Parts: sequence; C-alpha cells; structure tokens
Amino acid sequence: MSGRVLVGVKRVIDYAVKIRVKPDNTGVVTDGVKHSMNPFCEIAVEEAVKLKEKKLIKEVVAVSCGPQQSQETIRTALAMGADRGIHVEVSGKDYENLGPLQVSKILAALAKKEDAQLILLGKQAIDDDCNQTGQMTAALLDWPQGTFASEVSLEGDKINLVREIDGGLEHIKINTPAVVTADLRLNTPRYATLPNIMKAKKKKIATMKPADLGVDLTSRLEVLKVEEPPQRQAGMKVETVEDLVGKLKEAGRI
Amino acid sequence: MLLSLEKCTVATGPTRGRWPSGVEMERFADEADVVIVGGGPAGLAAAIRLKQLANKHEKELRVCLVEKASQIGAHTLSGACLEPSALTELIPDWKERGAPLNTPVTEDVFSILTEKHRIPVPILPGLPMQNHGNYIIRMGNLVHWLGEQAEELGVELYPGYAAAEVLFHEDGSVKGIATNDVGIAKDGSPKDVFERGMELHAKVTLFGEGCHGHLAKQLYKKFNLRENCEPQTYAIGLKEVWMIDEKKWRPGRVEHSVGWPLDRNTYGGSFLYHLNEGEPLVALGFVVGLDYTNPYLSPFREFQRWKHHPFVAPTLEGGQRIAYGARALNEGGFQSIPKLTFPGGLLIGCSPGFMNVPKIKGTHTAMKSGMLAAEAIFPKVTAENLDSETAGLHIPEYAENLKNSWVWKELYAVRNIRPSFHNYFGLYGGMIYTGIFYWILRGKEPWTFKHCGTDASQLKPAKECTPIEYPKPDGKISFDLLSSVALSGTNHEGDQPPHLTLKDDSIPVAKNLAIYDGPEQRFCPAGVYEYVPVETGDGMRLQINAQNCVHCKTCDIKDPSQNINWVVPEGGGGPAYNGL
Repeated sequence: MSGRVLVGVKRVIDYAVKIRVKPDNTGVVTDGVKHSMNPFCEIAVEEAVKLKEKKLIKEVVAVSCGPQQSQETIRTALAMGADRGIHVEVSGKDYENLGPLQVSKILAALAKKEDAQLILLGKQAIDDDCNQTGQMTAALLDWPQGTFASEVSLEGDKINLVREIDGGLEHIKINTPAVVTADLRLNTPRYATLPNIMKAKKKKIATMKPADLGVDLTSRLEVLKVEEPPQRQAGMKVETVEDLVGKLKEAGRI
Repeated sequence: MLLSLEKCTVATGPTRGRWPSGVEMERFADEADVVIVGGGPAGLAAAIRLKQLANKHEKELRVCLVEKASQIGAHTLSGACLEPSALTELIPDWKERGAPLNTPVTEDVFSILTEKHRIPVPILPGLPMQNHGNYIIRMGNLVHWLGEQAEELGVELYPGYAAAEVLFHEDGSVKGIATNDVGIAKDGSPKDVFERGMELHAKVTLFGEGCHGHLAKQLYKKFNLRENCEPQTYAIGLKEVWMIDEKKWRPGRVEHSVGWPLDRNTYGGSFLYHLNEGEPLVALGFVVGLDYTNPYLSPFREFQRWKHHPFVAPTLEGGQRIAYGARALNEGGFQSIPKLTFPGGLLIGCSPGFMNVPKIKGTHTAMKSGMLAAEAIFPKVTAENLDSETAGLHIPEYAENLKNSWVWKELYAVRNIRPSFHNYFGLYGGMIYTGIFYWILRGKEPWTFKHCGTDASQLKPAKECTPIEYPKPDGKISFDLLSSVALSGTNHEGDQPPHLTLKDDSIPVAKNLAIYDGPEQRFCPAGVYEYVPVETGDGMRLQINAQNCVHCKTCDIKDPSQNINWVVPEGGGGPAYNGL
C-alpha cells in the first residue's frame, strides 16, 4: 500500500459573488472575478490532512485541472497540509469545455501513475453542480465509491463510511483503493494560515498537460446558450375561490 | 521561524472569560527588511520602488506586503481619472507592460444641476478639475496590475491576511505587525479551527491602509502624530458600473456635476465616466462631504435619486447595473496632514491623506508618497552598520523629501478651496472663491483657511432638522440598498465577533437614536446598522449586520458619539470588487 491520497481541488467563482452572464450568452463572466477553492474540495483536503495526522496515510497530493491560476488553489491545499501538488494545465477553449468526464479521465490516469490508495473529492462543484466526477472516476478505475460521505474511518485495508442519502444515513464498508466524495458535514476545514502559506511556497507543484497522461479532452457536450433565470414576476392576490379558478383558466393552466 | 509568546489580542468586544486553558497561544514570527500594510497604489508603489532600488544596487531585500482583501484590487474603489505622472516616474514603460490605462480623456464636462435643469460651467485651463492628459481607469485593475509588477520584482504579496495589531519593541518603536487570529466564534470563544495570527517583524513598517486606516488610528494616539495639524475631514463616495446601450456610449467622456440633489450647504457632487475597453461601460458615482449637518441625509439615496436627473437618466436607460461599492475619501488636504514618521514606521498614501480635493485625485500623490518612502528607507535598511537610536528605524528623511516634492506644492496650492465652502453661500461661495483666488493666484494667497472641526461633531440634533423625502427606487435606474450590497460581492465568515465594535453598548439607543434618530442607518452604504424593536417589551436596539460591511470606514468617521470602532475582520472577508 502506497499510503498515498490524491485530493482533487477545483478553482471556482467565490460563492458570495453575484454571477453575471456574458452579453453574448456563451457563459458567465470570469475575468477578474473573485475565485476560491470549491467549498466541498476544502472539506476533502481537510479530511485527507486529518488522515495523515492520524498516521493512517503517508502522503497527500493535491491535484487541480485548469489554467495558470489553478496553482493558487493548489497552494491553498498545500497550506492546509497537502505535501505536494500536481497542476494539469488546461486553458482557453479546452478549459471552457472541461467537464466531469475529462477530469475523471485525468484523475484515473494520475491515480495509476501515482499508485494512489484513495481519491478524495468534493461531492460536487458549486459552479456546475454536476456531482459526477467522483462517480465517473470510480467507474473508469473499477474502484468502489463512497459518495456524500459524512464520516470516514479507515480499518485496515477497508473504509467504513457513513453516507448522507435522501432517506437518512447509510453505513457502508468498501475496499481500498476507492474513491470517496465529501459532503458538507464531514468536517470543518482549517484555515490556511500565513506561516503555512509561506511554507507552501517551498512545496513542489508539478505541471503537466492532459496529453502527457494520454487523455483526450474532446467534449461530447456543446453549450448552446447560457441565460439568466427569468425575472420573478409579481404575484397576484384574489378575493374568492371563483376568482382563482377564473384566473387559472385565463392563464391556460386548467 | 521564531516562536514568540505574545498576549492574545482578540478583536475588542465581549470576549473575556470564555478562553479555556490549553489553547495554543504562541505566535510564529518571521523577519523581513520592510513590511508594508496595504496593497493599494501607495503600498504597491513603495514595494516596487524598493525592489527596483535593491535590484539596481544588487542588494538583498526582503519586502513583505499584507493586504486584507482576498486578492489584490478586491477592496479598491475609485472614480477614476488618473493623472499618470507618478506611474510614469515609477514604471516609465507602463504602456509596453500592459498597464490598464486604455481610455484617454477626450471630453470634459462640468455642470451645476438644478432639479430639472443643468447649467454648464466652462472648464478653463488651469482650473483643478481640468482633465486633459489624464486617463479614465478602473482602479482595481490598475492595482491588480501593480501587484503583478511587484511580484515579478520579488515582492512577497500576501492577500487575504489582515494586519490586526502593531507590534512594539521594548523601547516603544514599531517592531512590525501581527495578522489577525482566526477561528474565533461570535461569542469570542475559540473554535476547533482557532489559530493565532502571525507576527511579521521588520526594520521599518509602512502603513498604507487607505483613508482612515484602523492601525493608523492607533498610531496617531500612540505617537501623538496629529498634535500639530487639523483633524482630517472626509467624504463618502458611492460608485456603480453600468453596461449601457451602445448608442449612448461616448468613450473618453468625463462628466462632473455639483448642486442637485444636495443643497448649497452640503458639499458633494457626481461623476460619470465613459470607459473605452471594448464594452460600453460607464463608471458613475456620487460623493457627499461627511461634514453634512442633517442626520436624515442618506448618501446612498442621494446617489440613487441623482441618477434620475434629466441630464443623467438618458445615459442609463436600457442599461444594466453590474457593480456597486462605496468608500470614504479624504477631504482635509494640506491642513490635515499629520506627522508622517515615527520610530520603526511611517505613513503613506490616503492613510495620512494626500488627496487633491478639487481635482478629486489622490492616486498620483499616494503613489509618489510610496516611492519617496522607499527612496528614503532604502539606504538605511541596507546600510552595513547603521547607528540607530531605536530598534525600529526612524526615517524622518521621508517627510523632508515629501515636503520638497511636487506633492507638497500641489496640495499647498489647493489648500483653501475645500474650506472656502464654509460660508453663507455654501457651494456658490466656494466656486466664486475658486474662480477668483485659485484661477488667478494659484493658491499663493497668504492665508490658510481652517476646517470646522471633526465631521462627527457637525451633525445637528434630529429635532432641529427636516426629514428628507426620498423617492422610491424604480428598479431600473435606482435601486434599493440590499440588492446594491449584494452586487458588491461582500461577505464575511459568519461565525466571528462583529468587527464593528462599540465602546459602550448603551450609547446607540441612548444618544444616537434619541438625539440624532440613528444616522448610522442612513450613512452606512451597506445596511450594517438597523434599529429594531427589542424582542420583549418596549424600546429599540441597534442590530449590527457585520457581514454586509464593505469596509468603507464611514461609520467610524461619522458616528456623532464616536462610539463605533472599526477593527479588521478575518482576512479575506469584505467586498469582492472587480475592476472598481
């Protein structure tokens, strides 16, 4: 067992920023907009660092796919306690088309290359809300998956997991190597303090291209249009039930 | 890294008694040659100049800059029409390096507005508001670009880390700063993720916090820096950026106005600039002098109703508002410049305040002050065997060089314009004075007007004033406060002590509400302060929505009881301005 954990971290628009659609409706404005690490990825990093502090794993490697600025996100993970980083460079049109399928292919290739025992990801990203990368990565590697994890504990070469599902909490036990995706209540991420940011500058970030991993970035999806949600219309009060039925008929609803 | 045991200084407020034992209280400390607080034009200009000198003279110099915004430029807000003089002195090839100065001023219009009409005022050459040769810029983008230049030169930039405390040597000189502790809950107790801030020690610390900095406030007291100058006076500037209809777009056009909706005794006015960066963007805003007397005045609502003026509204019709923000600015000018140096440190930029008020420009002087500071510091921090009386270096040469520079001459020349508004004719008296004395004498008149005291002391009791009837926002040109605040992208970690602290909890209701009808509800551009009924029984209480704060500093300035003390929240919090 290598004792190595790969943690995926994604650079997304900060959750408090008001999103604006580009005038040409091809996407949202990202230039100069405040970005930060996806909150669920922060939770994944925290879990990985906790496992290392408990000496259950040996090395935490933070991975991000994206343009040059993704390195800042990796640095934050390093400041939280990751040992080294891998930046898979994707920019321009390729970055605009980058989605869960391509990222899972990259992560699967890296997992093999780095002989990873565990892949920790956030359950979903707050920009596309896809909730697919963890599941696809597990499928590509033919590894077990523990998604929406709210509790993770290692027991020998198995993982005990509590999952948050619609019906309540599900307890499962899976073999390693495995893919685990973090849900909100898994932990509270630590702050990346200034001394750690300074130390993180000395930690290594390797850069590579998807082609180096044999990954083809062609997307099977084409974004046709991005629009703002429709403006909320004012409601209307009616006096009687007859009025209500009348208005519903007028609107063609019944 | 050294370890240093220092007293824990948490944000002031009701926190003591909840500190359990066993919490790690030691702080890491690190040494630099120079530490700069604030990543604005002044701080970055100083950092860049220091590294330029270090590279030229082949000396090692560690320069660390801390900035409370999550990225360089995210807390920057300005009009702005930049006079490129200081930038050209600092980086002569700024154009080749891609500095975002894309819009030379092509048209310059000045008006006096009445409720329905506009009186054009000719801008004669030589008047301070003339903008020939200047550029309309998005200051946040320029600051971001300056940050990139600084990093290239080897400056260590640390955005997202706020300087919360000044550190002192035993001899009383400044030793450096400490960043804020993180992970403190709202009630003041430490959370699981609590970590102490870090200490950055330096031979000299530069304080460039911008207008009304919170550390500068402490330094004024500690070193008595304000004993021979007038109190600083301020204004609040509110700004929006709009994407307008292309047919209305006139790139390079600069519009300024005074008059409506303010009365002749309330200083203030508007700006509207057409940017030329590919999209039909305009930057517009409204400035209100914080020496206003009517507690019912709301600078935000004056701004919103000004947009409906027949001269302004047509530009905005069919457009979309894409940004909002606000910040206090200096109006005191020459008379309010404090002592600038003290053992271990010095003040640069809008913090001491070098704004040329009639020009409404302070960036060129701020940058020049940063450069002069660097030039004065460099020989001393790199000297082999420097004889210093104090552990922290004292650099009085900075203040002397500043006095001999164009910054001093420029501020001296316009020193009487702003105070000339304090006469019976208000705005019109001021304009007449400017026209006669400034245009002819260029500030050579032998007298220097005084200001009227602090802004906080100017408010009249509510019962002596008339409430102002503001129109409701129409949702197309004018907007309500909360949707505006949402556009600033401001946010703070919710579970932390509120950073708007009260020295005395009973004063807001007993004094501010009782005498002045709670002016903080109206002058805060972010809806932080609300007087709400208490849950049980009669009476009101002050609710502080600290998460909304956009770090403008107006409350600390204008609170008539001077009871509100703005301290820095956890680094990274605050607005997320993009090219403001």
